[in-house]
Amino acid sequence: MNTQIHSPLAHAAADSDQQRSNSDVRLSVEQVSYAYSSNPSQAPLFTLEALSFQAKPGEIVAILGPNACGKSTLLKLISGALEPLSGRIFLNGFATSALSPKTRAQRVALVQQESPLLFPSRAWEFVLQGRHPYGRALRFETADDIIIAKNAMAQVNASHLSDRWMDKISGGEKQRIVLARALAQQPLLLLLDEPTLHLDIGAQVDLLVNLRRLAAENRYTVVVVTHELNLAGEFADQVVLLQKGKCLRVGPPATVYQRDLLEQVFQAPLSVELTASGRPRVTLLSND
Amino acid sequence: MRPLTLERMILRCAILAAILFVVVVIALKMGAVQVSLYGLARDLLNVLVGRTKAISSDYGMIVMDIRLPRILLGLVVGASLAVAGTSFQALLRNPLADPYVLGISSGAAVGSILALIIESRLSFSPEVAGLITPFGAFIGAAITIAAVYFLGRREGQIDSGTLLLGGIITASFLSAVIMFLLSSLAGSNLRGATYWLMGDLSTPQPKSLMYLLGVGFVIAFGAIYTTAADLNLLLAGEKEAMHLGVDVPRVRIVVYLAASVLTGLAVSVSGAIGYVGLLVPHVMRLIFGSDHRMLLPASAFGGAIGVIIADALARTVTAPTDLPVGAVTAIVGAPLFIYLLRRRLA
Repeated sequence: MNTQIHSPLAHAAADSDQQRSNSDVRLSVEQVSYAYSSNPSQAPLFTLEALSFQAKPGEIVAILGPNACGKSTLLKLISGALEPLSGRIFLNGFATSALSPKTRAQRVALVQQESPLLFPSRAWEFVLQGRHPYGRALRFETADDIIIAKNAMAQVNASHLSDRWMDKISGGEKQRIVLARALAQQPLLLLLDEPTLHLDIGAQVDLLVNLRRLAAENRYTVVVVTHELNLAGEFADQVVLLQKGKCLRVGPPATVYQRDLLEQVFQAPLSVELTASGRPRVTLLSND
Repeated sequence: MRPLTLERMILRCAILAAILFVVVVIALKMGAVQVSLYGLARDLLNVLVGRTKAISSDYGMIVMDIRLPRILLGLVVGASLAVAGTSFQALLRNPLADPYVLGISSGAAVGSILALIIESRLSFSPEVAGLITPFGAFIGAAITIAAVYFLGRREGQIDSGTLLLGGIITASFLSAVIMFLLSSLAGSNLRGATYWLMGDLSTPQPKSLMYLLGVGFVIAFGAIYTTAADLNLLLAGEKEAMHLGVDVPRVRIVVYLAASVLTGLAVSVSGAIGYVGLLVPHVMRLIFGSDHRMLLPASAFGGAIGVIIADALARTVTAPTDLPVGAVTAIVGAPLFIYLLRRRLA
């Protein structure tokens, strides 16, 4: 039995600029919209206007925008936690809304901002939870489950944390364990909601370097919601820029990161320059 | 990394079962009438093989006909309450949830008393009449837990503090309802009130009810146990559990109904014994960890052991007067509740 986290596909890292063919698309968000209202008879408090984008295996998509622009809503729609008002989301050609919770958990893994625990557990127990969608009946873990969980921890350089208590490790270490649990799900699609929120800059870069490597090695499609313009610019293959529930632009960072556009969206004076690697870098300018 | 295996779980359960057996034998020995361990073992064996006529002495009959049924009652009631407590803690995501603290036991008691009143007004055959009280208790428990669940919600989420306050207020309100119902019933006395408010195992129960209790426990426990792995994930929140493949609505309804059955059955035969559902899961969690595949059976054994010990103390500490068993569990349970609450707030 294959106990690797994921066997890399035969063809190596496909260039993100390569011509898209339909068979190559893993995640397809098609004209998806959403409206939230506390009372159905009233006008919605928040609407996400119809938007579309596609992503291939191994690609990182960053969803960017100011607070309350609909980033997390879009991620919830992709994860299946919310039903779209219109449009559909396909994963390898299957509508995600039609999947059972178990099947969905085998294909989509979500790393949320906070994973609160009622009772403390050890890191390895937490990572093994990622094998839950593969279990039957009482789900006593098999030898394969244990190997997969160990591999997942090794992939995020967290093997040494295995026996530590989850409430006794640092934010960055916890984030890696949460990521390891998502990897143990062996998903096709890895979703992360502001994973860098409580991390220092070193841990932020570390996380994204890990993500970049995992996306390439395991052929995950990664969708990450973030506030970090420069990290997204450096690591994402595609950026979805949102403002007040409207999708303004979808594309590679170098084409989306236009000074006028970003200044208008984030309401702050900025400068955008391209680095030697062709990646955009954003600098916040002082008002005076 | 040492995940729980089926073999390890069975081994631990066997150890707990052995401890339970020893506790049962000691509890059989305790009391005003002294019996020898040898005589006890011989009589127990005779009861097990169905040769009740061979029981040696009148003393032996006292032990087997009076003490044993009471101990068996304590066993099932303790196991039911502890498993219900463990389930409510996972379902409500609150480590302080317990059928008694949340007023669910009081709800079951009100249901039982109302069923008794209805039963006395209508003429049922004795077989049907025996089932009405536990059924009333189940309905009472189910309605109360639903009410407490809605009282404990704030902005669509269960709020720990609001839930506990809602439960405590519900419990005190229902206690008043119990007093009102009892005092309006003919032939009631203070003893009856103590029974429903504090819990008591001294009332002999008919055999049919004992069978119902046993079968009900096995079915409800089995139903909850099928969701044991799901409950582990539910502790991290319903959304998180859903993303890990848990069918949250199904688990919620199974655990809700089965835990209500357990509470209802226990209360209908013993009144509202407090803190078992709080204390036992916590002790078991300290020993075995918070994996529900182990925690649920461990709580069942622990609850049985705890209530049998508490009842043996209740029978003997103030002998010849019986204390209600709930007084013993409350003396131990209430300080622990305060301790857990303070540690949680800290």
